[in-house]
Order: sequence, then C-alpha cells, then structure tokens
Amino acid sequence: MFRQPQVSTKMAQTLYDKLWDAHVVSQREDGTALIYIDRQLLHEVTSPQAFEGLRLAGRKPWRLDTNIATPDHNVPTTVIERRSGIDGIADETSRIQVKTLDDNCSHFGVREFDMGSESQGIVHVMGPEQGATLPGMTIVCGDSHTSTHGAMGALAFGIGTSEVEHVLATQCLIQRKMKNMRIRVDGQVRNGVTAKDIVLYIIGKIGTAGGTGCAIEFAGTAIEALSMEGRMTVCNMAIEAGARAGMVAVDQTTIDYFKGRPFAPTGELWDQAVAYWETLVSDADAHFDHELVLDAEDIEPQVTWGTSPEMVLGVSAQVPNPEQADDPVKKAGIERALEYMGLKADQKISDIQLDRVFIGSCTNSRIEDLRAAAAVAKGQQVASSLKQALVVPGSGLVKKQAEAEGLDKIFTEAGFEWREPGCSMCLAMNADKLGQGEHCASTSNRNFEGRQGFGGRTHLVSPAMAAAAAIAGHFVNIAEQEVAQ
Amino acid sequence: MKALTVVEGLVAPMDRSNVDTDMIIPKQFLKSIKRSGFGPNLFDELRYLDEGQPGMDNASRPLNPDFPLNQERYKGASILLNRANFGCGSSREHAPWALEDYGFRVVIASSFADIFYNNCFKNGILPIVVDATQIDQWFSEMAAQPGFSLTVDLPNQVIRDAQDNTVPFEVDAFRKHCLLNGLDDIALTLQDADAIRQYEDKRAQVHPWVFGQIK
Ligand code: SF4
Repeated sequence: MFRQPQVSTKMAQTLYDKLWDAHVVSQREDGTALIYIDRQLLHEVTSPQAFEGLRLAGRKPWRLDTNIATPDHNVPTTVIERRSGIDGIADETSRIQVKTLDDNCSHFGVREFDMGSESQGIVHVMGPEQGATLPGMTIVCGDSHTSTHGAMGALAFGIGTSEVEHVLATQCLIQRKMKNMRIRVDGQVRNGVTAKDIVLYIIGKIGTAGGTGCAIEFAGTAIEALSMEGRMTVCNMAIEAGARAGMVAVDQTTIDYFKGRPFAPTGELWDQAVAYWETLVSDADAHFDHELVLDAEDIEPQVTWGTSPEMVLGVSAQVPNPEQADDPVKKAGIERALEYMGLKADQKISDIQLDRVFIGSCTNSRIEDLRAAAAVAKGQQVASSLKQALVVPGSGLVKKQAEAEGLDKIFTEAGFEWREPGCSMCLAMNADKLGQGEHCASTSNRNFEGRQGFGGRTHLVSPAMAAAAAIAGHFVNIAEQEVAQ
Repeated sequence: MKALTVVEGLVAPMDRSNVDTDMIIPKQFLKSIKRSGFGPNLFDELRYLDEGQPGMDNASRPLNPDFPLNQERYKGASILLNRANFGCGSSREHAPWALEDYGFRVVIASSFADIFYNNCFKNGILPIVVDATQIDQWFSEMAAQPGFSLTVDLPNQVIRDAQDNTVPFEVDAFRKHCLLNGLDDIALTLQDADAIRQYEDKRAQVHPWVFGQIK
C-alpha cells in the first residue's frame, strides 16, 4: 500500500501532480489518499475546538516543529487597545479567543507569534515572510485563503476545524486528488493594472465556481512578471474562483524571495532545497483537464459592483442592467445584488460614491501593496466626503518596514489612519467595520453581503485603486490618471 | 460524530444560489471557542430583522416573516434544499456546526463549494449533489404542498419522495462508511501510524529541510 515519495515516472506531470505525488503516504482503494502535511498555520478562530478535541481524546500533536500560530482575525488594530496586550481587547469574546490560542500553544508547545510579538500578523502574510511556508511543501490552515501560499510552488489549501485537529494528531489528511486546471495570462498588463486586477478579471471570466474541484496553476508571461507578493495576491483569490488551491511554478523570483528568511534552510540544506525547488514546474507536455488563456492587455483596473467576487467589471464600465441578463436566475441575481448594493442599473462605476476605504487583508497588505497605495496618496488628501480611510499592514514586520520607508507619514498626512496589523475590516470581527448601507473600496477578497459589517457594501479593488478612490471619494480610472501624469 | 443512515424528514427551501458561509453563520458568532450552540444563529441575517450578536436572547429578537425557517410549515425540517454552489466562502466549520445544531442532517444542492462539502461529512451531515432540473421540480412541489418530505437512504444511496419515485446519488465509499458508523477519522488514520513514520523517515532523507525548522 505504501508508495514511495519521489517516484520517478516517465509520464509528464503538472506542478500539482508533482506536489501531490511527493506527499502521498498511502493510496486507498476508493481513490482517496493519505497525504502528508508539512506545515500547519494556526490562528485563534478555527483552532480552539481542534485543541479541545485533542485534549478530550487524550492525544498529543504528532510533531511540534511543523505548526506555527499567530492571532489575527480578532486582534484590535488601534495602538491604544494594543498597548495593554490581551487585556486591552475590549470585546470579551474576542479576548477569550485570543487568550485561548496563547493557552493552547503554551500547553501543547506550539510556536506562536503572540499579539505582543513584532512578527505577529495575518497568518498568510506571516507564513511566507518568516520562510515558515516554503516551496514544495503541503501547507494547511483553518482558513480558506491558505491558497495564498501556492504562490511559491507549494500545495496549500484551507481546511475545516476537524481537519485542523486531524493534522495536529496525525500530520496527515485524507484527500482525493483534484483536477488540474491551468490559467495562462500572457502579454504585458496595461498601466495601473496590478495582480489584484488580474485575479478579479479571471474570476469575472470563470465565475466563483469556475475552479471547483480543481487545483489552478496560474501561468503565462503576465504571471511570471509578478513579484512573489503579486503572485500571493493572485493565489489568495483562487478560492474565490472556487479552487481550494492555486499555485505558481517556482522560478528565480521564488528562490530569491526565500533566501535569508528566518525559517528558511541555510548552507548546504539551502542548496539542496533549491535543487529540488527548481524541479517544481509543470513539464512541457503535461496534461491539464482544463486550460484557459487570457490576454493581459484586455485587463482594465477592476471594481466589483455586486455581492460576489465574480460581479466585477473594468472601472470604465457601467453597472449591469438585469433586463439584459440572458436567463431568469441571472436576472434575479443581478437584481438582488443591485438592491443590496444600493446601485442603479447602467450607473457608471466611477460614479459610485464611497463612505470608507480599507487597505489591508491577506490579499493586499504586504509591503508592495502599501508602497503602491502610498505612491498614489503621496501629497494628496482623502476626500472630505469619506468617513474613514484605513491602512492596516499585514504583519508587524510589514508595518516596521513601511515605517522605515516613511509610508506611514505619507498615509497619515493624506488623512488615512495607520493601524496595527490584523485582519481588521476584511471581515469585521473586531471594531473595524462598515455601517449599514455604507460603500467601501476594499483591497480584501470578499464582497459578500454583510462581510465587512451588517448591511455594508464592499467593492473589491487593488491598493492603488483604493488609494485613488479615497482621494477622489469615488472610483477613478487610474490607468488614465497615470497616463496623464 | 452522530451516525447517519436513513433520514426521513421535512424539507426546507433556501431558494438562491451561492449561499455563502457568512450567510450560513455570520462572523460575529465565530468568536465562540465551542462547537455547539450555533443553531439559533443559523442564517442569522436572513432570519432576524436586527443585527445579531453573541449572547443575545434570540427568542426576543424580531423575526423576518418572509424567511422560510420562520414559517410554521417548515418547523422541524431536517433536510435543506438549495440551488448551486452552496457553502461557498470560508472554510469555517461553524457553518456545518450551525446547520447540524439547528437540526439539519441532509443538505441537497446542485453543487457545493469543496471545503464546505468536506466539512459536512466530518460533522454528521450528508451533502448530496442532485441535478438542477430535479431540484427545480422539488422546489415547485414544495411550494405546492406544505409538509413536503423526502427520505434519504444512505445505505442504498437514493432519495425517495412520497410517491416512491427515487433519485440515486453518489457518495464516496469511505465517507459513507464513516457516516454510517459515526466513525472519527483520526482514530482511523492512526491505524496507519507505521506508514506515516516510514514516510517521514524516507522524506527526511530526501527533503531534510522540511523537518526541525520551527522550534
Ligand atoms: S485578512 Fe480576511 S481573508 Fe485574510 S485571513 Fe484575515 S479575515 Fe481571512
């Protein structure tokens, strides 16, 4: 039953096939396999019941050196609340959850960057930044945006709490192999078009269920041209296209990114690792079950207008008219979304007036995202019609780096609030949230009803677009703006 | 985990596509460190007219009379009928916990989001994929006849209506086995402990950097 890892096979393989094969512990007759997990990231929301389960069953973690934890969803982002540590968390249930993570980590001996640590951050920002998640690994976390880590040529996917417990107890998961899908984006993107726009455009094309049952490999020259951070933004939203895992092949950009990271291998181990990582690309004649090729030049800066990430359009477009929908289910969907969003059919996207702007989340809170937003905000002022414009760095280290570059000054001088790291307004589990009916330009990944606060209206955009929208008070065609400059 | 064999029950409708996990259980309820007690907040934003918060007395909150679960005819339903892409969004297991706590044992949809689908099995819920035409038909029948019920027979993998019409469904043999017997997958996996150790030994030879980095 046992199958050797690293079987040499003559069949051409996709990146996903290679990653899968290297982690099969045993193949079962019913088509499922026991898969070995190299790294588990833990946070306060989806881990308490898993640790409780271990305790109740009298089990211990299988291996400790594979887990790493940090609180992110509930942590407050104001300096004042953060100053007094956990006791400073005003909301009692949030405080208990964060405290429970600390207690569980110390009880079981799991390494944690707690709220007071400079390395604390959103799990998906912290992992790669620390070199805790590396190419070639299988990476899981009780959070669907774990797909982010596929950007480095890893097999990374979100799991539920029962599976978190399963990985803690056995270091394995029972999985069925997914289908292979490749999305190539070829050519050069236009001015003002970022990784976020690429992925929103893809979701607009294939829909939120377009990747269901698949592992998506993002490829093509426009993807290769992205930095690691841009690739993480793209893979982060693979789940929004219905795929549990998104990935990008390893290249020099990947290897350069990991060199010298705290948990990355060093010396001889580094050389050995690089030699393996370089094999993590799809073979030239590998077979994909689905393949889609897009032209980068067709992509405009994107803005979502509805309540699902697939309800997205270029900034120069108009909100759709339900009368033009081709089937009744679609028509009803558009009508419902327009009603929730408080928008009129055929209204210009650039006429949508904003109440708040949020720059942050595991999609877009890395240093590069903050640099892009700051470049737009520099020397400008947030529109007086806005109630709030928030910038929330993804981790303590991102915050430190941004401050070293003076980005915090640029933001605060322009009228943005500069916060402590965490998930913040991405999902409104802490005090950062939208009021009923408020429109928000957000760099996060989900525009579902109520996601950023009860009755809140989210428009997903890139960091540059969010900053430009904060200044104008509405969406603007940043592609044209840049040309004008 | 509760075993599931045959579920004979009232069907409740959730007549829209892309029902996401935020809709199933809004995030303010994720702050709990327990697994139970989420039922009263299932579909909270659709079910109540005010904004729900943990610790509120749900019995005194204003109900949305248009929402099916608030209607007398769907009280006690154990089967939820949906459209496409049910359970999309986050990986939160609170979604199946809330469905289970409310009393649903079976969810039927024309498609499911992968993680949610998987999470159902781990929590004693059977998710069933049925084609959209059949689902359409059940929605119309349900609208026409209060008390519309179905029998979901897991051992035989069929759904039966009151007229004895049957619709077969697919389910993984392993998941079926676990659900029928209420088995915990950790204990099952630990039966393979030797294979896991053997794998680790071999892997440590070829990819040593994967081990021992985090201390
Ligand atoms: S930033 Fe948002 S999407 Fe990312 S992990 Fe936090 S809550 Fe989830």
